[in-house]
Formats: sequence, C-alpha cells, structure tokens
Amino acid sequence: MLTYLAKRILYVLPVAFGVSLFCFLLVHIAPGDPLTSVLPPDASQAMQDELRKIYGFDRPLPVQFGLWLWKAVQGDLGTSIATGRPVAAEVWRAVGNTLLIALLATVIGFVLGLFFGFVAGYFRGSFLDKFASMLAVLGVSVPHYWLGMVLVIVFSVQLGWLPPGGAGPGGSAAWKWDWEHVSYMVLPAITMSVIPMGIIARTVRALVADILNQEFVPALRAKGLMDFGVFRHVVKNAAPTALAVMGLQLGYLLGGSILIETVFSWPGTGFLLGNAIFQRDLPLLQGTILVLAMFFVGLNVLVDIMQGLLDPRVRRR
Amino acid sequence: MSAPLVSMENVTVRFRGAQVVHAVNGVSLTLEPGKVLGILGESGSGKSVTLKTLLRLLPESRTDIGGTVAVDGRDVLALNPQDLADYRGGVASMIFQDPMLALDPVYTIGEQIAEAIVRHEKIGRKAAMARALELLELVRIPSPERRLKAYPHEMSGGMRQRAMIALALAARPKLLLADEPTTALDATVQIQILLLLRQLQRDLGMGVIFVTHDIGVAVEVSDRLAVMYAGQIVETGTVRELIADPRHPYTRGLLAANLHGARKGERLEAIPGAPPALTEPPTSCSFAPRCKHAQERCRAALPPAVALGEGRVVRCILAEPSLAAA
Repeated sequence: MLTYLAKRILYVLPVAFGVSLFCFLLVHIAPGDPLTSVLPPDASQAMQDELRKIYGFDRPLPVQFGLWLWKAVQGDLGTSIATGRPVAAEVWRAVGNTLLIALLATVIGFVLGLFFGFVAGYFRGSFLDKFASMLAVLGVSVPHYWLGMVLVIVFSVQLGWLPPGGAGPGGSAAWKWDWEHVSYMVLPAITMSVIPMGIIARTVRALVADILNQEFVPALRAKGLMDFGVFRHVVKNAAPTALAVMGLQLGYLLGGSILIETVFSWPGTGFLLGNAIFQRDLPLLQGTILVLAMFFVGLNVLVDIMQGLLDPRVRRR
Repeated sequence: MSAPLVSMENVTVRFRGAQVVHAVNGVSLTLEPGKVLGILGESGSGKSVTLKTLLRLLPESRTDIGGTVAVDGRDVLALNPQDLADYRGGVASMIFQDPMLALDPVYTIGEQIAEAIVRHEKIGRKAAMARALELLELVRIPSPERRLKAYPHEMSGGMRQRAMIALALAARPKLLLADEPTTALDATVQIQILLLLRQLQRDLGMGVIFVTHDIGVAVEVSDRLAVMYAGQIVETGTVRELIADPRHPYTRGLLAANLHGARKGERLEAIPGAPPALTEPPTSCSFAPRCKHAQERCRAALPPAVALGEGRVVRCILAEPSLAAA
C-alpha cells in the first residue's frame, strides 16, 4: 500500500508539469493580442513595445513559460492586465466563492444521485427504476443555463422565495452564514447539482445492476446473509468506480460553470474565467486555468488513493 | 432406517420469462444423514436447478416451485425470510462451481468466512477469525495465517476452492451441496479437492449432494447416484448397481461414452442428438427421440417409474418386468 501511495504521488509531478505547459500554450495558441484591449486604438508602436516589455511578452515563449512556471510555483501568478491586481488573489477569492456553491451542489447531487442509482439498480425494471432513470436522463440532458433561468423565473420572479442572483448583500466580501446570504446559494447550487446527480445515478444504477448479477451475490445469500448483509458487499464493490466518477464530477463542479455563474451573477471561477476570456486577460486566464487544473490533478490522486484502499486489485496495477 | 436428511417430493421448477422453461419436472429424491448422493447429468438437465431449489437460491420473482422440499425436518419452501436465512449456511450450505466468481473480490478470505460464522453463531469478530483460521487448517490450505488476510485474486484456483469449502463449513451444516465443485479446476487439483471433500464428509458426518457431469467424479465420491435428463431423474440406485447394471438407455449411453478403457483408434460411443428444449412440460419420454429402443408407447405417454428394489428406480419401459428380458 505504501509503495502504491508513493507511486501515485510521484506520478503527479509529470502530470502537473504537462498540465501547466498545456495551460500556458493553450492561451498563446488562441489568436489576438492581449494588449489591444488595454491600449488605446491609436497607441504608438513605441508604447506598444514598452508595454509588451513590461508584461514580458517580447521574450521567446520557452523563456516566458519558464519564468511563469517559476513564479507560479512560488504562488505568484502575475498581475491581471485588465485590473492590475495580482492574479493569485483574484483566483483564490473566486475559488472560495465557487467552493461555496460547488460543495452545496456536490452534497445535493451526490446524495440524490447515489440514492436514485441504488434504488434503480436494486429494483431494475420496476416503476421506481423508471422514475429514477427518467430523472437521471433529465438531469444529464437539460441545458443547465436554461434550467437556471426557469428556476429564477419560478422561485424568484413568480414566488419571490429566493433571490435571483448575486452573492448576497454587500457582495462576496461581506459573506455571512445566515439565511439572508445562504439563500443566494440555493438556486445556483441546485442548478449545478443536476448534472452530477444524473451522471452518478446512471453510473451507480449500472454498477449495482452488474454487481447483483454476479455469482457471489447468491453465494452470499447461500451463507445466510439477509438484504442488509448483501447490501454491504454491493456498496464496497461499487465504491471504487463510483468514487472515480464522483471525483471527476467534483472536479467539474470546483471549476465552476461559466454559464451558471453568469446566469446567477455568482462571482466564482467560472465568472472570472468568462471575464478573462472576453477581456483577453492572459495572465488571469492562465492563472485561473492552472489553479483549476491542479484541483483536478489533486482530486484524481485522492480518488486513486481511496480506490486503492477499497479495492485490493487496484493496488497491484 | 433413520429419518431422511433431505426429502424432495415431486418437485417441479418453472422459470417464467419471455419464454417459459420447465427446468425440473417431478424430481423425488431422499438423502440419509451422512451419505453422499451424486446427481449426474449433462448441461441443462436441471441438476444445478434441483440443487439451488434446496437452498431456495433461484430468483423468486421469476420462478415457480411445486412439490415439497424437506431438509432436516424443515419445510424449505415455507420458511419465512428470517428462518430461511438461518437455514442457509446453518443447516445447508453450498459450494459453487467457480470459486473466483463465488467469492467477493473486495473482502479477504478471513473476513468472508468470519462473516458467515458471526451470522450464525453468537460470537464476536475476533473469535470468528480464530475459527476461520481453524477452518482453513481443516481444509489444509498451506500457511493459513497468511491466507486469512489474502484476497481471492491472490490465491490459486485450488486454494480458492479450499477456501470456498471452509466458508461452506463455517457454521457446521448438516447438509453440504456441491455444484460441480471441481469443474473449473485443473485435473490434478480436481482429485485433491475430491479427496478432501470425501474425507471432510466422513469426519464431520455431513450429508452431501454432489452435482456433476463427470461420471468418474460421481463414482469416486458418491454412495448413491441419480441420473438426470430433461429435468427428471431417469435412474437412481447405489453406485455399484448403476455401474454394474445400468437399466436406462441414457445411463448406458453415459457409461459407454466414458473414455476409460477406450483404445487408440477405436471410435468412441456417443449418444446421438441433443437434449430437448424444455419450453413444454414433458408428456412422453424425453429421451425417446435419441433412444434406439424407443417404441410407440414411449412417444405416447410418460414412462412409468419402475421400482426395482430399495431405492432403485428406473423411468423406462425397458425396466418393466415383462420387458426386462429384452
């Protein structure tokens, strides 16, 4: 187990390097000059060159990447071209905001997804299965920005129960854990939770159905186990795969959703990313993508380790 | 004569589904305590289904079971869920064909055996683990302490089947049901497992029903044999009687198809044709289409069950006294 752990953690280094290189290049491949948005249209060539020099865009790409990476490792992601503020601070504030709704969405999506998945898998072909599967398909296929708008229309405009958007009175800087603020999380979190709920429900349904068809299930009954005893075995067998899917979904949720955060004006990573793209704010864009990608890498390691703990066959690979 | 450990009376099993399958059609059998009954038959003859009926392991929603099944004084078909769970593993337990599939891959062998012990006996986990170790020693697994913490995929096929046997013996059952326990194993390992089963059966005084398609295996372990064809027992008797004097043409065919004693270059005897699809319950002799002795009567009605003595029954008109000379 210890060698497995060490191996998993060592594998992260090349992956993280590759990811950072990709983040850096991706932004440079895209057409357009980051400076055009901040410079006045009639800026002289000298002025352009000067600014380019300040931001370091005049140097060869490998050097730029090296410098960027070296600073990034130390926690400095440069300064935003659009606002002039440090990228790291901007990203971390947005990450904190996204975490709020993402974690709530995770709880809703995972609990409902697991519940529907187990119910549908256990009672395959029954009315319950059809109902749960229908919800799962709806969850996966409904466009979530559309769902977000419908929820706003129903619960904010028509019923007036929940605020339609924003991060509460005083913005995200004045966040407090009271209903006045928390009520702002509810609609975006529900909207976000729908896709992971559907994906997890479908995955778990297939897993449970597959496990129940395996021969060790009658063998468990043959030694006298009743429903709960068998359920324990089904859960442990389903857990590694379910965890892998849940880890990925958590990654997506932490990345925030440009569309959902835009619909609800929620100042999270998705919102930030959207702004960075439209303003061609290269350092901000790179920094945000890098942080989100590292979240993904970290989550995957965590899932790998948990899979190894749960399934002895994984450790041998 | 003591009360039988197992008594099946005219048992029928029918699977409902897109197509109805009459898997077992009127099976009656008895097993005395401490004896071994071998059920012999080819794939689809209903031998495994008969065995699973004894533990009520068939999917209840799609299965109709008729007749009576009594084990150790219990009416198995009438047990409520709690009593059924106590009965499974506690009174009767089963060894499955492929231990790789029948063991849970994500729990250790020790955990799986201890789970069965804790389920049936009022002892703690630690004591159960100690019992599990004794059981692994009983089935003669090498270095049992290490195997207790091993996962199924970390063991060889023979060792897995030994672990499966230990698991089946966990709660000291009176009846052991073995569903082709050597079919998935290498030939050399097969013999070891057979010898082990035979010895455990004698030492622990268990009744055993052993299902196999291998006539050599059946003869090796059994006191009595029952030959199944198309969901019916066509002939039953002691091993000696069946080998020395097979009466049913199907039994004769099975014995003749055996490789033992065959010479190189000699054509092997085989039974022509294939067993029938069991979409309808039989109304005539199921073997008639493949039988060279078949007569008009065989195709018109079910053959009589001719009793030839204590526990010796043949379902064939050839066994009738008037035709016995034929």
